[in-house]
Amino acid sequence: MNKGVRKEPSMVKQKELIANHFTRLSKARALGKKVVYTFVPGNLTELLAAFDVLPVLPEINALQSGMRKLSARYIAEAERAGHSEDVCTYVKCDIGMGMTGNVGPTGEPLPEPDLLLLSYTGCFVFMKWFELLRERYKCPVAMLHVPYQGEGVVTPEMTAYVVEQLKTEVIPKLEAVTGRRYDEARLRAALALSAKAEDDFVWVLDSAKNRPSPIDAYFGGVYYIGPIFTAFRGTAEGADYYATLRREVEERLAAGESPLTPEGQMGREKYRLVVEGPPNWTSFREFWKMFYDEGAVVVASTYTKVGGLYDQGFRHNPERPLETLAEYCMGCYTNLNLPSRTALIEKYVRDFHADGFLFNSVKSCNSFSAGQLLMLREIEKRTGVPGGFIESDLVDPRYFSEANIKNRIESYLQMIEQKRRGTTEFREQSAESPAVSRRERNGEPDGDGGRTPPIPPKHGGFREPT
Amino acid sequence: MKGFVGIDLGSTTTKAIIADADGIVLGRGITNSRSNYQHAAAISTEEARIEARFAMLRRALLQAGGANELHEKLFVALQHRFRLEQNIAQLDRLAELAVAETHAATFHAHNGRFTTRVAEIFSEMRRRALSPLAPARPSEFFRDDAISQFSTLAIAGADAAISFETLMGIFDKAIVAIEGERLDLTFEGHIHRSIEAVANSFGRNAAAELSRAAEAALAEPLEINATICTGYGRQRLPFPKEQIRSEILCHGQGAHALFPDTRTVLDIGGQDTKAIQVDENGIVTSFQMNDRCAAGCGRYLGYIADEMSLGIHELGPLADTSTRRVKITSTCTVFAGAELRDRLTLGQKREDILAGMHRAMVLRSMALLARSGGIRNEFTFTGGVAKNVAAVRALRALVAENYGERTINISPDSIYTGALGAALFAVRT
Repeated sequence: MNKGVRKEPSMVKQKELIANHFTRLSKARALGKKVVYTFVPGNLTELLAAFDVLPVLPEINALQSGMRKLSARYIAEAERAGHSEDVCTYVKCDIGMGMTGNVGPTGEPLPEPDLLLLSYTGCFVFMKWFELLRERYKCPVAMLHVPYQGEGVVTPEMTAYVVEQLKTEVIPKLEAVTGRRYDEARLRAALALSAKAEDDFVWVLDSAKNRPSPIDAYFGGVYYIGPIFTAFRGTAEGADYYATLRREVEERLAAGESPLTPEGQMGREKYRLVVEGPPNWTSFREFWKMFYDEGAVVVASTYTKVGGLYDQGFRHNPERPLETLAEYCMGCYTNLNLPSRTALIEKYVRDFHADGFLFNSVKSCNSFSAGQLLMLREIEKRTGVPGGFIESDLVDPRYFSEANIKNRIESYLQMIEQKRRGTTEFREQSAESPAVSRRERNGEPDGDGGRTPPIPPKHGGFREPT
Repeated sequence: MKGFVGIDLGSTTTKAIIADADGIVLGRGITNSRSNYQHAAAISTEEARIEARFAMLRRALLQAGGANELHEKLFVALQHRFRLEQNIAQLDRLAELAVAETHAATFHAHNGRFTTRVAEIFSEMRRRALSPLAPARPSEFFRDDAISQFSTLAIAGADAAISFETLMGIFDKAIVAIEGERLDLTFEGHIHRSIEAVANSFGRNAAAELSRAAEAALAEPLEINATICTGYGRQRLPFPKEQIRSEILCHGQGAHALFPDTRTVLDIGGQDTKAIQVDENGIVTSFQMNDRCAAGCGRYLGYIADEMSLGIHELGPLADTSTRRVKITSTCTVFAGAELRDRLTLGQKREDILAGMHRAMVLRSMALLARSGGIRNEFTFTGGVAKNVAAVRALRALVAENYGERTINISPDSIYTGALGAALFAVRT
């Protein structure tokens, strides 16, 4: 591990973008801007920009509060108000933040919403969340019902259904709130910028197919998704950020460099992993360290796809502005059925030459966690690559047991190592063993190309001394 | 001879195994885990070394005169005497430390009497240890033995001036102090005195024969080639990373060594439960562990034992006498006491409640096993809880209910499974 801590221009730029957005929000009223609260999956950022409204993303506030060690207090506040311990901790963190003055993670107050835009219904809790916010702010709600990809495909009928809702529900409500007319030319321009950023973003994600990978597609990836998943898709600044990021990764790749971590450049790449599920935000640094200390790099993750599966070919298309938004809403990772999610992770394991895949199951999110063990076993069966399973939570620090998680991650990585070394180790041992296969003794290769180790000699019995 | 050591630092006990280059176990050692893991590791390894030396001595004895009844008796008597010598050495040092503590406790006006009282208790403990009526084999856990004896004598020895609590306070300080020390308990240090003592009952000829065998055993050097650590406390040892293995891998490997056809392993330890799947080589293919809650682990039983004022080893047999199991669903360790008192108030019998608690505990493990991929043939149960008859009975019943007929392996040595796996990894380094 190179201890020299390095900050690259893209990191500075990303931080500035996000911070500026919070500052912009704190001044929204003074600037006469309208504010819409909405969610990351299926966000309609370009459409909002066409109406010149600013988005507030409660999940982002919650995760930022988690990273800044503020979430425990907010959650406690919400629990005092009667929200159960089992409720999604993003919700409680947001509710608690609202109850204590709605001061955003950067310390600047957030404006109240002019409209609650529920643009994604794949998470049932989102609906309840906005019911609570509607009660508090007494503001209008625009609800877009997004059909689930139950059959694993988006049909033309499904797209037409969503487009119809955009025309009859979302756009009219945005027009009413802002007093502006829907401006399709403006929307198309934004969508073109989105596609450009998406190209660069996908290039960055794909760079992890190299050995060593120049990026960590999970711990680094969550920073990369920041602009494109929030307020900066379809903006010049957003496109500029991804162009900068891509140049840096190109350089790192050319230099054969491993990913950057908070403690400098990562050491030798020993394990390539695919990760499913969001990270724990309250102990994000500690969690990340458990990986890079062991030489484990995440080469692909599903969490970085909750705001769109660009790497699987989706691009916002300015030629079909409303249709593309509809397809985007339906195509997010969270809207995929279990077979599609399973197939996607399987594909990642193969495409990125992963040594293993790890599930971080979120305690307070049933809609994400349900079925994960079944997926895990199925992927193991299909790929022969070992899966690992850990549990923590989004922003409730009480659910993160550091010693326990570290123990499991270490055990998991050692398991991968043991499987990898198993063949050679047992071969050496078996050289003098009668248990060795006959073919092996005759110097013939095993039928399976030597992948299955022969049975080792019996050892370790508590033999009485003779 | 080359030795390879595996050490398993559990939350309750620390186990060590010395194996030879072929992976054959030469010796085992166990001790209480304590605040100082390094000591626990050193002591358990020393114990394993002693067992290895005894194995060599026995071999020398057999080579000298072939197998015969006298040799067998001699060997058993020698081993017993050796333990006793070790025990006395510890007891004498403990007495010294305790007496020193009484001097330090100057606030006692009755200082002189206080010191005498403590010294008397220890001399009584020494007398009992050396009595021909003493148990055939002293416990491996000096601490447990000493506490139980001292506290019994302290109850009798306490009066209005010197309370039971004051006496126990001195004992506690002394036992903490002795556990931080490295006493000489080695084979070399105590074997000769043990032989002399045995000579008193078996005669000079026998003693001479034993001496020769001991010399032969000592003549062979026992070098430690590699050490691998595992278990709860492994990170606390000053070993490089390469010498540390996860307990998941070690338990998988150890269970495979004990029962080569094992495919599923369940280990219930002091504060974690592990469900492990292994392949035909003992290589772990998947595993699940209890997460942030330790409900249903060994500590749960420990807590119930405390609540019932029973020894932990008494729980299983008592639960096994149940005729009507009480249905219990919660395995929360924190609430176990309340649950127990509540049930007793309802008039339910202790053994029936206990049987219910054992089943509830095993049910939790069943969920973990299911998550790891179910129970495949053969199934091996390890860890301290595998010594509990009621837990084993509940497990057998639940395995049959959920998975049908499965071969269930339980070894009396299962507490050493992790250390054995670690030793086998040491052989391979």
